[in-house]
Amino acid sequence: MRGAFTRTLAELAERDPRILLITGDLGYTVLEPFAERFPDRFFNVGVAEQNMVGVATGLAEAGLIPFCYSIATFISLRPYEFIRNGPILQRLPVRIVGVGGGFEYGPAGATHHALEDVGVMRLQPGLTVIAPADHEQARTAVLATWERPGPIYYRLGKDDRTVVPGLGGRFELGRIQLTREGAHLLIITMGSIASEVASAAAALADQGISCTVAVVASVTPAPVEDLAALLARFPLVLTVEAHYVIGAVGSLVSEVVAERGLGCRVVRCGVRTTPGAVTGSQGYLHHSHGLSSNALVQTVLKELEAHRAST
Amino acid sequence: MQGQLLSPRQIRKIVLDQSKRAHVGHIGSALSIADIIAALYAHVLRIPDPGDPDRDRFVLSKGHAALAVYAALHLKGWLTEAELNTFCADGTLLGVHPEHAVRGVDFSTGSLGHGLCVGAGAALAARLGHSRRRVFVLVSDAECNEGSLWEAVMFAAHHRLANLIALIDLNGQQAFGYTDQVLSLTPMAERWRAFGWSVHDVDGHDVAAITQTIAGLDTASGPPHVVIAHTVFCKGVSYMERQIKWHYWPMSDEEYRQALDEIDATP
Repeated sequence: MRGAFTRTLAELAERDPRILLITGDLGYTVLEPFAERFPDRFFNVGVAEQNMVGVATGLAEAGLIPFCYSIATFISLRPYEFIRNGPILQRLPVRIVGVGGGFEYGPAGATHHALEDVGVMRLQPGLTVIAPADHEQARTAVLATWERPGPIYYRLGKDDRTVVPGLGGRFELGRIQLTREGAHLLIITMGSIASEVASAAAALADQGISCTVAVVASVTPAPVEDLAALLARFPLVLTVEAHYVIGAVGSLVSEVVAERGLGCRVVRCGVRTTPGAVTGSQGYLHHSHGLSSNALVQTVLKELEAHRAST
Repeated sequence: MQGQLLSPRQIRKIVLDQSKRAHVGHIGSALSIADIIAALYAHVLRIPDPGDPDRDRFVLSKGHAALAVYAALHLKGWLTEAELNTFCADGTLLGVHPEHAVRGVDFSTGSLGHGLCVGAGAALAARLGHSRRRVFVLVSDAECNEGSLWEAVMFAAHHRLANLIALIDLNGQQAFGYTDQVLSLTPMAERWRAFGWSVHDVDGHDVAAITQTIAGLDTASGPPHVVIAHTVFCKGVSYMERQIKWHYWPMSDEEYRQALDEIDATP
């Protein structure tokens, strides 16, 4: 997604001189397609995320559209208050681009795992939050939103190869995208973990269990109407995210269920543990937290069984 | 005419009047910068209109002294008396800290360590737009406790943002005590010089000196500038001067009358 982002931004920058790209010394071998084409509009501000967002605020007030790029944890958490008191408070078009949602930086360890970025960003009114599921959707989402008034947080993945089956790069602000339709169960997901969900849904289909799978990439504005309509059709729903279960899609879905008085049960699949010292590959960490396709299949089977037993 | 009215004495009177009416503190911080604000708004800032995109920018990074800026905006004619009289009232735009929604306020501030970063971005934007506009950022001395400020100091020096002028209100005090006791900032000038800024010391209560110092700066090329304004906390009200409690304390009726008498007696 980060490669798709850079290429897309370079295309847009050809058309619109307001676009700038600022990095906190990250994106080596990723940002060059922009940096080499627009050396006067590319700034490496050094390892200083607070200043990066502050500088972007000053640039945006003058009519520019700065994109601030770093690893998701660093760009969302260190300058959080600068995002709040600058672009959010003043409704300025600063774009915060966080790379490596969830466990994408696997062995780099807990400091690099973005497990609360969407949650903290979602808390802020007036901040658009976009979390694409694959590189095709990342491109579409950037094209659809880059000029939107006010600030935006983009949670991007590192993967520029994997494509989520059935998604076809679709994105629409405030809407969900269905990637699969089935009758037994609804799964709602966000971000690159959608490919694990797709694998799980395919494996479940082989066992005669058909799932509807919905991708939420437009976290804010939230696809509330789409979700409400969909949730009303299923007694059991799984939310799947490489994120703490509090704050992002699991919370969003639970809010819709509660506020609309819907009767479905919500099973939130995500990270529930406190950050630990043990690390490993993304695959290992997904499995450890019940987010691998195999683990998701087991969760679905268990929850369907429990549901059948209770009805 | 407005330039003559916009005097430190007028700013101080408004600070006292509004602080008393609203029964709020931060009087000392606002009095401390009254002469700097008078110099900026009467003589330095090139602002044909607060909505002019090519105006000079001013960032009050020590946002808790916003009342002194509101006073200047009023004396410039950009803020009506009726608006000024809503300071800290229910439903006002004029809180203790400034909001960009106020005509004449470029950036919302109030969290220390934020303003210089924003100002550096504003200065970079001017350069990218081939504009000669300048950006002034007024920081407190205690604000230099914030690491983010030094991020901006490095950034501005690296990019040689000559159109960025930081002003430090060096009154030697912060909320809980004197800066030398809380977290020493000495030597201030050498620190900024070591980071690559052009450093200028000035009497922060001498409007002419502040104005002349800024007029002498090369804002077209070279390093960014810092004007270290040596000030007295609560300047102008003898019983408040250098007293820690006047960072937060509101005035009693008698204290207000005495303060006003002293300010009225100044030239």
